[in-house]
Amino acid sequence: MEHVLEVKNLHKDFHTKKGLLKAVNDISFYIAKGETLGIVGESGCGKSTTGRAVLRLVEPTSGELYFEGKDILKLTRNQMRQFRKDMQIIFQDPFASLDPRISISEIIAEPLRVFNLYRNQGGAKRVAELMDLVGLSKRLVNSFPHELDGGRRQRVGVARALALDPKFIVCDEPVSALDVSIQAQILNLLQDLQKRLGLTYMFISHDLSVVRHMSSRVGVMYLGKIVETTTSHTIFTSPLHPYTKALLSAIPIPKYGMKRQRTILEGDVPSPINPPKGCIFSARCPQVMEKCRQQAPPLVEAAPEHTVACFLISDKLGK
Amino acid sequence: MDKDKEKDQQPPHPEAGYSIGGASEQAGVTNGIQAKAPKQRGQWAEVWHRLKKNRMAMFGLTVIVIIILTAIFADVAAPYSYRTQNLRRIAESPSRDHWLGTDELGRDIFSRIIYGTRISLQVGFVAVSISVIAGGFLGAVSGYYGGKLDNIIMRLMDVLLAIPAILLAIAIVSAFGGGLVNVMIAVGISSIPIYARIVKASVISIKEQEFIEAARAVGAKDFRIIFKHVLPNAMAPIIVQGTIGVAIAILSAAGLSFIGLGIQPPTPEWGAMLSGGRMFIRTAPHIATFPGIAIMITIFALNLLGDGLRDALDPRLKQ
Repeated sequence: MEHVLEVKNLHKDFHTKKGLLKAVNDISFYIAKGETLGIVGESGCGKSTTGRAVLRLVEPTSGELYFEGKDILKLTRNQMRQFRKDMQIIFQDPFASLDPRISISEIIAEPLRVFNLYRNQGGAKRVAELMDLVGLSKRLVNSFPHELDGGRRQRVGVARALALDPKFIVCDEPVSALDVSIQAQILNLLQDLQKRLGLTYMFISHDLSVVRHMSSRVGVMYLGKIVETTTSHTIFTSPLHPYTKALLSAIPIPKYGMKRQRTILEGDVPSPINPPKGCIFSARCPQVMEKCRQQAPPLVEAAPEHTVACFLISDKLGK
Repeated sequence: MDKDKEKDQQPPHPEAGYSIGGASEQAGVTNGIQAKAPKQRGQWAEVWHRLKKNRMAMFGLTVIVIIILTAIFADVAAPYSYRTQNLRRIAESPSRDHWLGTDELGRDIFSRIIYGTRISLQVGFVAVSISVIAGGFLGAVSGYYGGKLDNIIMRLMDVLLAIPAILLAIAIVSAFGGGLVNVMIAVGISSIPIYARIVKASVISIKEQEFIEAARAVGAKDFRIIFKHVLPNAMAPIIVQGTIGVAIAILSAAGLSFIGLGIQPPTPEWGAMLSGGRMFIRTAPHIATFPGIAIMITIFALNLLGDGLRDALDPRLKQ
């Protein structure tokens, strides 16, 4: 299968007063055409930074970033601008991501204006078309963001992202700021658009149920690293990494009387400024071994389409 | 007016009812009045529309327009020449012949105020324009880019700020000579740092917002981001400061005239008239009072207009 995006050894460090913060620490993954890669992890694990680094909205410290086979990290800023037509982002907070002084139609038209396509693509007509595509009523063209509810605002964000006919969209927690009733609408819209326009998504979320609903494959992040990647089905049925197991056991079951064996993690997430030596999860892992504190486990392929970074697995496989 | 009616006919909270998906929303609209897309209004038309609703601002605007017309048609409006002296009628109180009395040289104060409109308005607006444009640009650049550039610009501003404004203006005027143009430039330059600081402060808070990142994600260049997204959102404090700035500029110009470096007599200028009447404040208070009232009315009207403009430029404050 053709890979739309391939990321190799991506790093993003931030220099803070307390020291070097490794927000994204040696991440590698790929996203195939037409699929959705879900990225899950708790707050502060570097999910959003990864999403932005992939689009070079934050400049990665090192690594390789192939978009349709081309290393976009080697591009100049101006060359990168051209690539923005193909890669877009939908933001988490629909209240902060729309300029309050600009009307809905202008927000949606902005990408077209930036690339001088507004006239060519029919101007107001194209905007109306986009609004129709995301299910926004025509009477809202002159509205301003503050006049819309969260769901409609997010639709505006989606329409803006679609304006340039991108191939790949990073969805950075697109529904976590919305009411539950609205979440489903937006998720369905995103899935519908994916089918209709053949989009590829990188779907970032901390909500496992949402990720399960959306993704074909899932990557689990912890403290700037991907600890496990596999298909969306496998991760929920047979997770391998202890962290994934703990994460899954935290999903509430919406049925009275049902109980599940919960793995409760001790302690807090260690600071990414001074991550623990060895395995990053060693400080909280219920199955920690001596070895884990000394060296970092490699990412190994436990099964086809299933990679995991844990000594429990790699030792068993004898690698 | 028709447009207003059309708006009023919509339910008071058109966004209150949640609809599921786009399809039902459109269906909901078609079964009443035909869903007609409202005509797109330009950004400035929108601002004007909102400004019109603000009575105080319209009052301010009317006064300003009258003052401007007075300046243009001073030759027709003034009953006397601004320079004709009548030494037999010195420092007379207001009478039927001289509505606002005469000054210490027997010149008609009313006529001098009318002619003075020309100079004072020019000085006020041009000087403020110079400082808003230059200060705004410097502030925007240093706030947006930060780093070394910011340091260089702000230290230069500190140097300017360290010299008292009037002293700086004196220095500039004595170096380049008096006259209207030089006075305007001098007064303008001396208040650049104030605007640079105000703009920088707002730019810093605005550039961290997500909609700026969104603009970068769609490929907008820095220039576009600064002028289309950052500055419009940083406008409010500049407008408020700017309206006060006009007053300060008129008075600074008066100060320069007073020490003989500004506009030369007999050219009437409100500030100069004000300070010229200072010596007769006990015997003929009207000489200083009426130019003062003229300044006050102008500033008052400008402040009303400025406040209204600030609100009209912010779509969040609609109604």
